[in-house]
Amino acid sequence: MNLYQAVRDALSNAMMRDDTAVVFGEDVAFGGVFRCTMGLAEEFGRERVFNTPLSEQGIAGFGIGLASMGHTAIAEIQFADYIFPAFDQIVNEAAKFRYRSGGQFNAGSLTIRCPSMAVGHGGHYHSQSPEGFFLAAAGIKVVIPRSPIQAKGLLLASIRDPNPVIFMEPKILYRSAVEQVPVDDYQLPIGRAETLVSGSDVTLLSWGTPIYHCETAMHMLNSPPETLARHVPESLRSAKVELVDLRTILPWDVDAIVESVTRTGRLVIVHEAGRTGGVGAEISAEVQKRCFLKLDAPVKLVTGWDTPVPLAFEKFYTPDALRVLDALVETLSY
Amino acid sequence: MLRAARICPRLARHHAQWRSVTTSSSIQTPHGHLPSTQSPIISELKFFNSVTGDGTQIPTYRVLDGGGKPIEGAQVPELDEAVARRMYEQMVQLPTIDNLMYQVQRQGKIPFYMTHYGEEATLIGSAAALALDDEVLAQYRELGILLWRDWPIDALMNSCFGNCEDIASKGKQMPMHIGSAAHHFHMISSPLATQIPQAAGVGFALKRDPARRGKNCAVVYFGEGAASEGDFHAGMMFASTIPSPTLFIARNNGFAISTPASEQYYGDGIAARGPGYGVHTIRVDGNDVLAMYNATKEARRLCIEEGRGVLLEAMSYRVGHHSTSDDSFAYRGRQEVEDRKRLDNPLSRFRLFLESRGWWSASDEEELRSRLKKDVLAAYRRAETLPRPPVSEMFDTVYGGEEPWTITENREELKRLLKKYGQTWGPWQAELQKHKGAGQDLMGS
Repeated sequence: MNLYQAVRDALSNAMMRDDTAVVFGEDVAFGGVFRCTMGLAEEFGRERVFNTPLSEQGIAGFGIGLASMGHTAIAEIQFADYIFPAFDQIVNEAAKFRYRSGGQFNAGSLTIRCPSMAVGHGGHYHSQSPEGFFLAAAGIKVVIPRSPIQAKGLLLASIRDPNPVIFMEPKILYRSAVEQVPVDDYQLPIGRAETLVSGSDVTLLSWGTPIYHCETAMHMLNSPPETLARHVPESLRSAKVELVDLRTILPWDVDAIVESVTRTGRLVIVHEAGRTGGVGAEISAEVQKRCFLKLDAPVKLVTGWDTPVPLAFEKFYTPDALRVLDALVETLSY
Repeated sequence: MLRAARICPRLARHHAQWRSVTTSSSIQTPHGHLPSTQSPIISELKFFNSVTGDGTQIPTYRVLDGGGKPIEGAQVPELDEAVARRMYEQMVQLPTIDNLMYQVQRQGKIPFYMTHYGEEATLIGSAAALALDDEVLAQYRELGILLWRDWPIDALMNSCFGNCEDIASKGKQMPMHIGSAAHHFHMISSPLATQIPQAAGVGFALKRDPARRGKNCAVVYFGEGAASEGDFHAGMMFASTIPSPTLFIARNNGFAISTPASEQYYGDGIAARGPGYGVHTIRVDGNDVLAMYNATKEARRLCIEEGRGVLLEAMSYRVGHHSTSDDSFAYRGRQEVEDRKRLDNPLSRFRLFLESRGWWSASDEEELRSRLKKDVLAAYRRAETLPRPPVSEMFDTVYGGEEPWTITENREELKRLLKKYGQTWGPWQAELQKHKGAGQDLMGS
């Protein structure tokens, strides 16, 4: 399955087990603009898979209402870039629903899915990674998968988590990431990072699309192409990089990251969103507090620039393999 | 009764998937119509700007005149004496509570309060017409609905003080941000209009629930100011397009804090917007409790039967200040308010009606007022003496399930600080004493 098929499979699994589960959003009934809801309306009926009017604040509010009645609401925002009209409903309402009512009410059965991150030509409003904006919204969870297996397991866990979850799907992976995905119902834990490659010299932390750039950079570090060889000192080529996928942005897995950095003494964080006020800033502050005596180099951030995502300049905007390689070299040779 | 299919065949056809009712009628016009609409094509260049067609405003439905007499042609609802008396008692209870709480806020005993003066009939008339388990989503000036459902006055007082027996929000929200799951009254929050699209979702959930389908609706209250928010637009549109039995009750009291309704909209109030969404709509004299009762009852029936949104605009006047943080004489004349109070008082109007039926007397009135005063004061005195919730409650219920490390660490950090400074830093020392357990729940071993 590719990633969109894995998402569709997760939705089907969720709806099969739970009669209260409904899927709604803009254009989901015919299958969705990214095919994530293909055939679901035929499988479960239009009462359970339906289009909404084009209003993000309406979609979020409607979903909160459903969830407050204990129904499982799986809402789609067509692009993460368009989640901002729903920001008030998410931050002031969904996130605070349980707390403000002393536990009498909650919107825990709400999940908001949205395609996110750059796609090569998305410009300002089809490329954003807004996870950092939700970092301060205590009461919600934010989850980002890197692959089809991850997407299905994490989405099923998000749908069943007792808290409202924003699930951001890296849209460039919808078709490009393909792997064998179990057709069974399974879940992956929310709030846990996953170590993809073990290492002892530097921790490389990322989530979503840039995980693949990190992987490429690691190969380039070990055996740099001829054109880059002079930038990669021989002494660093055998460096053991530990690659970690954060998976959950809020609440993020501090134990795993701190344990890793305590061993490696070095941390490079890679994300597509701009640097200032981003998730990397939060993690590096926490890591320097907890690993102060263990750090052998400053925590390095490789991020999008502090500009809107620019159409014609995307190659220079995104934190690609070269920028990650440069950060690894800088950090390892500090 | 009128079926939606007859009133609005276009909608019925558009959404055939949602309803069993279908129609085969097609409007014959000489020039036909465009593919995306049933609108007949015409050759006359003509603009319009009125829902009523002839330029008049949407009429206001009334049963009782200012003297408590049924107006000509009006149908008085069949209420028995006990229910009618209870409605009046609940109406009187609101200003009784308001008078006391307004005063004690002025004395600094509670941080904030909002009165209901002038909207008693809107609240109680609608409350009495709803089923007790219809799901209510309110703005903040709807205490009457919860009290009608026998939410205890103690609960209100505890909530205003945010004390350790406040079951509404456990001391976490401002006064008047009330709610009770047991009474099907969703928790109030400050951001205006956010509850409106949520209500459509609640309505849809009711329709999907086999045990409640066709029996209950969602009811959402909001002021005419809140109706200017984008969420009003979203809520009306969702409840009509994704058919959801949702009764929208707009309390048009003429003011949003200092902003008069004339600066809030240029159209014919909130009611004029309903037909634009394909929603059955009525405007009601909100100072006439029997008109509110009749209209709400019928609106509710229509809402449930058609499984779709219905809009009711209740016209009243906000007699009190916006809140205890507001002096409304800074933007409206004292005389204007006095005139409105004298000329059109929802309580005296209903009282005159009850008296005309022999259901109420001066001695009833005297007994009621002294009883309510006594009950309200007793609840107030009790709530006043109770401590605030334990300090650790501050960190509870942010999340369901396993508590994230961030919050656990916050809790530990405050515990460390309280142990270190709790008995020496004046502002904390005094504050700790107001909480149940004086912080020991957090600091204790």
